[in-house]
Amino acid sequence: MAWFKKTKDIKADKKVKIPEGLWVKCDSCREIIYRKEIDRNLKICPKCNYHFRISARERIKLLVDEGSFVEMDAGLSSDDPLDFRDKISYRDRMEENRVRSGLDEAALYGEATIEGHPVIVVIMDFSFMGGSMGSVVGEKVVRAAEAGIETRRPLITVASSGGARMQEGMFSLMQMARVSAAIGRLTDNGILYLSVLADPTFGGVTASFAMLGDIIIAEPRSLIGFAGPRVIEQTIKQQLPEDFQRAEFLLERGFIDTIVDRKDLKKTVSRIIELLA
Amino acid sequence: MRYYLEFEKPIEELELKIEELRRISDGKDINLSSEVKKLEKKVKDLRTEIFSKLTPWQKTLLARHPDRPYTLDYIPLITEEFVELHGDRRYADDKAVVGGLASMGGNPVVIIGHQKGRGTKERIRRNFGQPHPEGYRKALRLMQLAEKFKRPVITFIDTPGAYPGLGAEERGQAEAIAVNLMEMSRLRVPIISVVIGEGGSGGALALSVGDRLYMLENAVYSVISPEGCAAILLRKEGDLSPEDFSKAADALRLTAGDLLGFRIIDDIIPEPTGGAHRSIEQTAKSISDKILEALEELRPKAPGKLVEERYKRLKRIGSFLGE
Ligand SMILES: [Zn+2]
Repeated sequence: MAWFKKTKDIKADKKVKIPEGLWVKCDSCREIIYRKEIDRNLKICPKCNYHFRISARERIKLLVDEGSFVEMDAGLSSDDPLDFRDKISYRDRMEENRVRSGLDEAALYGEATIEGHPVIVVIMDFSFMGGSMGSVVGEKVVRAAEAGIETRRPLITVASSGGARMQEGMFSLMQMARVSAAIGRLTDNGILYLSVLADPTFGGVTASFAMLGDIIIAEPRSLIGFAGPRVIEQTIKQQLPEDFQRAEFLLERGFIDTIVDRKDLKKTVSRIIELLA
Repeated sequence: MRYYLEFEKPIEELELKIEELRRISDGKDINLSSEVKKLEKKVKDLRTEIFSKLTPWQKTLLARHPDRPYTLDYIPLITEEFVELHGDRRYADDKAVVGGLASMGGNPVVIIGHQKGRGTKERIRRNFGQPHPEGYRKALRLMQLAEKFKRPVITFIDTPGAYPGLGAEERGQAEAIAVNLMEMSRLRVPIISVVIGEGGSGGALALSVGDRLYMLENAVYSVISPEGCAAILLRKEGDLSPEDFSKAADALRLTAGDLLGFRIIDDIIPEPTGGAHRSIEQTAKSISDKILEALEELRPKAPGKLVEERYKRLKRIGSFLGE
């Protein structure tokens, strides 16, 4: 599989965070914008509508009713099954990411309400190891799906990920099968599954639960795909079209239901729940 | 002409020498014949020695060996009958995935596998065994056909990965893989998978979710290729060396032995010394025996029980701390 991580140096890293300082250059339209204006605007560029990446905590604030989120199984952590190390050990790398992101893992899940509707939500955070899916992320998605079945609540996932987590080897790859099997059970039980794709969603996450939603919603301009753009460029030896793998491209090709602005996401999700669940 | 990998060079030398001596003696010269016998013993010992301690990177190279048998090489040897079926009924017939109806030891089954090509022209036609979405959708169509007629599904895994190209993305590579993973997890007939060569990430996984997962002794299965892993780890590109790949292959724990230890696969199918291509017949027999044994176990199970056990099997694959 092509790993978005490979493209990290070139495209992704620039967009990971809004850089420090009073002024910010939008990565999409390259306009210089006053930081406070972006913060006031849900981290959306007022000039071009590019949706900057936001943390899982910020996402929760935007998506669910205030104070309704109760995190579940927050304590799960990876056991480093391969005893993996590159320049530093996987354990140290995780610790580094914990300190830097303030998160224990690349996803958190729990119960919440959206405009009063009880739901189970899984929120990914790209700032923890590129949102990569290892055993813990896989386990959280599986448990979230099972909680959805048990409580008969719709499952909402918000993806933002470079793909499977290399440091857990085949354990990571197998999470793709595990989470897909768990999503299959939602269908068997008639539970609504709504998948939201945020910038960027790639590799093993796209090729598993993210693309299996009954309803799939993407944020404007987000990059979504299987193989990372640089890997594809290297393979086909030509430049990719400008809109390639953007949410708008996927909508055009028929792979997502709709593109929704961040400010309208909660309302749209709530409306879909009312109409379906 | 046999193809020899770098680490097989000492074997090549001896084998060429034996051939040469045979040619000269023509079986008549007694002294030469005994020399040949001696060398044959020597090459056998050498092969045993080299192949008893292959590194993960050497196994990766062996799994990609140009003479290694592919799905369509095994099918005639393990089936009495095979009717190949084509196309996904949506877009195209992907030549990197083959499949059809077969009879194995009297059991009607559906066989699906990745297919690499041999020789430049055929390799390109098979896209080096890298499927497009239509390959995965063709596989799913055949699996659903198997389900309708209550036929077990046998899959052979041998791909560097799903193809990372423009058309593949446009036609939903990720969606095709995801749907296969989900549908295979709930298919109401037995699914038995054998990794016969390269298990390349999601593109391999999309044909290998099932009730039994076996690997040939020298097959590899990994979340990322050693080359890709090395490029990420060393943060450089272009001038990576075989030593870099070797380190990455070690770190990834991608051999059959590793994965059996992790209980990610169910068993290892032995290969002849020197690799599957040294005796396709022998390898095919071992594969066939294993599949028939698994069929015996799985066939009596009611569909509901089968699917439930498959889910439990998947669920236990994870490595984390905490409740
Ligand atoms: Zn902008």
